[in-house]
Amino acid sequence: MASLDALMLARIQFGFTISFHIIFPALTIGMASYLVVLEALWLKTKQQVYRDLYLFWSKVFAVNFAMGVVSGLVMAYQFGTNWSAFSDFAGAVTGPLLAYEVLTAFFLEAGFLGVMLFGWSRVGPGLHFFATLMVAVGTLVSATWILASNSWMQTPQGYAILDGRVVPIDWLAVIFNPSFPYRLAHMTVAAYLATALVVGAAGAFHLLRGRDDAAIRTMTSMAMWMLLLVAPIQVLIGDLHGLNTLAHQPAKIAAIEGHWENRPGEGVPLTLIGWPDMEREINHFAVELPRLGSLILTHTWDGQFPGLKSYPRSDRPNATVVFWSFRIMVGLGLLMLALGFWSLWARWRGSLYRSRALLRSAVVMAPAGLIAILAGWITTEAGRQPWVVYNVMRTADAVSAHDATQLGISLALFVVVYFVLFGAGTVYVLRILAHGPAEQAAEDEPQGGPGQPHQPARPMSAAPDRLDTAPAAPTTD
Amino acid sequence: MGIDLPLIWALIILFGVMMYVIMDGFDLGIGLLYPFMPGKAERDTMMNTVAPIWDGNETWLVLGGAGLLAAFPLAYSVILTAFYLPIIFMLLGLIFRGVAFEFRFKASDARRRWWDGAFIGGSVVATFFQGIVLGGFVGGIKVTGRAYGGGVLDWLTPFAVFTGIALLVAYALLGCTWLIMKTAGDLQARMIRLARPLSWGLLFAILAISVWTPLANSDIARRWFSAPNIFWFAPVPVLVAVAFYWLLRALRGAPHGGPFLLTLGLVFLGYSGLGISLWPYIIPPSVSIWQAAGPPQSLGFTLVGALLVIPIILGYTGFAYYVFRGKVGDGYE
Repeated sequence: MASLDALMLARIQFGFTISFHIIFPALTIGMASYLVVLEALWLKTKQQVYRDLYLFWSKVFAVNFAMGVVSGLVMAYQFGTNWSAFSDFAGAVTGPLLAYEVLTAFFLEAGFLGVMLFGWSRVGPGLHFFATLMVAVGTLVSATWILASNSWMQTPQGYAILDGRVVPIDWLAVIFNPSFPYRLAHMTVAAYLATALVVGAAGAFHLLRGRDDAAIRTMTSMAMWMLLLVAPIQVLIGDLHGLNTLAHQPAKIAAIEGHWENRPGEGVPLTLIGWPDMEREINHFAVELPRLGSLILTHTWDGQFPGLKSYPRSDRPNATVVFWSFRIMVGLGLLMLALGFWSLWARWRGSLYRSRALLRSAVVMAPAGLIAILAGWITTEAGRQPWVVYNVMRTADAVSAHDATQLGISLALFVVVYFVLFGAGTVYVLRILAHGPAEQAAEDEPQGGPGQPHQPARPMSAAPDRLDTAPAAPTTD
Repeated sequence: MGIDLPLIWALIILFGVMMYVIMDGFDLGIGLLYPFMPGKAERDTMMNTVAPIWDGNETWLVLGGAGLLAAFPLAYSVILTAFYLPIIFMLLGLIFRGVAFEFRFKASDARRRWWDGAFIGGSVVATFFQGIVLGGFVGGIKVTGRAYGGGVLDWLTPFAVFTGIALLVAYALLGCTWLIMKTAGDLQARMIRLARPLSWGLLFAILAISVWTPLANSDIARRWFSAPNIFWFAPVPVLVAVAFYWLLRALRGAPHGGPFLLTLGLVFLGYSGLGISLWPYIIPPSVSIWQAAGPPQSLGFTLVGALLVIPIILGYTGFAYYVFRGKVGDGYE
């Protein structure tokens, strides 16, 4: 029992540190691409509003990027401190993929981030746009490597086991494993959605407060178009990802659906809500829609797929957790879809910038994309259990042999430090957002350089200084 | 198989760790010197000397972790498990420090004091526990099968605590001599006065570790003191003596970059000495780099990316130091 407690603590600690971390890269990915679009529009139309928005969002991007780097430092070591048996067993595959992710991130930081954040007056517009583009591409390539590593743990292939350890045989097969394309598409689109919701909420916030100018309107409008366009695509990708999971990890699907067993000749119902009970192997308080489960997962009226009871108890993921985390993700996704269509209707009626109900909903939905990302990751990671590498290595065999006390101490420290520091960071970002974009800021903006406060090697120095002492002043310092 | 991939990777990681020690060493040292310099203006100046470069310095720590996992997964898993608590403390210290760095400049006067405290505390904790890990590493790690075989607090030895303190002295001296190079006037004069006792402290630490290590470990003693090795390795202590004498002399005149370069030399010699003591064991005293290496497919695959990107990082780092060369003035703007 003591070892189980230590395992649980190790899992909670990893889950906590990675959950904090993923929020920042997700927004980094989305914002980098958004900045590319803004700069492209500025180059094409020469309308000042796009440049104002670019400068505003690049400040948020800078703070967010810095917090991603700091929280990522911990992740490079967690695999060894907490999962040493896994690192020894599978490090030959996951290590190089992680190393490439790190190398990509540094290549990007070394090469283009400085130009993007501080180079407006130093390089020509074409080169500056190229730097922004490369930063966006870099964030996507970084995501590609880390998702290849995670997907390999979900659907491993391209390896052999020699002397009890994984040896990569075919790197292309390792990287392009069966779940990788779906996970990459799903996560990238999720990052775009989460960013669109944050941008839209910032715009709606200012409209509600009575600030109604070109920059605010443009960012609200762009965010709502993005939501309308991308939320349906995400539904489609999610469906394809689900089918892929059914083909390769059917136990995860059974847990997500709270599906215990098939009745002969009958379609599987969709359990809308309920409380899966792992001990008694039933769902309490279940509300079911007949045959809809079959329709969603097999795209036929009476198709069947394996229930949890067809797996030994020791091989089942915790259905109570993934059933609910999945429903949180899907529920939020449907709300995003609804917000997108609502905005279209309001736009058609000419009330997009005036409908207080719509704008309030957009503000409330600000964190919805990020919460959906966390819920989705909990679903896919808890749904992989009890395996760390699916059907190859169990999580219980992957953990370092620590006792519960030291894991408890370090977990408590992580919780305190993360909430204090990243809490301060979040407050700071919210302050920048509440401040809003400065009009015609481009000409006044200090460009940084040797001996000046805004210095290229520190992404966060792109953000305004001393915002808290002069909240309403323009951002010249 | 003409190429010795584990050897190449060991050299890359040794190089990365050395880059980390000498580069993050002096900016951690700034935090260690903060308690001696209570004024706001001088603290601003001190921080400004490292502001453009500090996060690039920590690049090497992330690269070291990822490189170790990619090339030597066994060493990565055993070492990080053995030093679980010190490494967590070190990481939390570095996080605290990194965030304090940015928010200090953006804070009001009342809150700046809080961030100053976070900066000092983070620097002290990160440095001390790096030293603990170093001492524990030299002292050896117990391995059972393919896993760490020791206890929770095996790292807490008198030797490791001593190396923790020794690293505090070394980083403080690096920070001190860095400031001698980068500042002028009163701040520089106070740093020159502070550098002398710190230099003696570092010399004492190097001597103590050089005596303590072979006394505690007969294999290391044999390696250093048996012929013909003793002739090959004799330049290391001789160069330490020369560098130290030169450092004290440089501090007497009107010093500029000399003391910093000589301190870097001392740190590099100490690092080489430890390398000589431990080579080729990546988990001392029993597991060599060849035993801990991953399969050649993994080492070769990752080497391509490393050889492509590391020169770019070096070039960019050099460029940043070149751009921000020269003395830093008072105040922030």
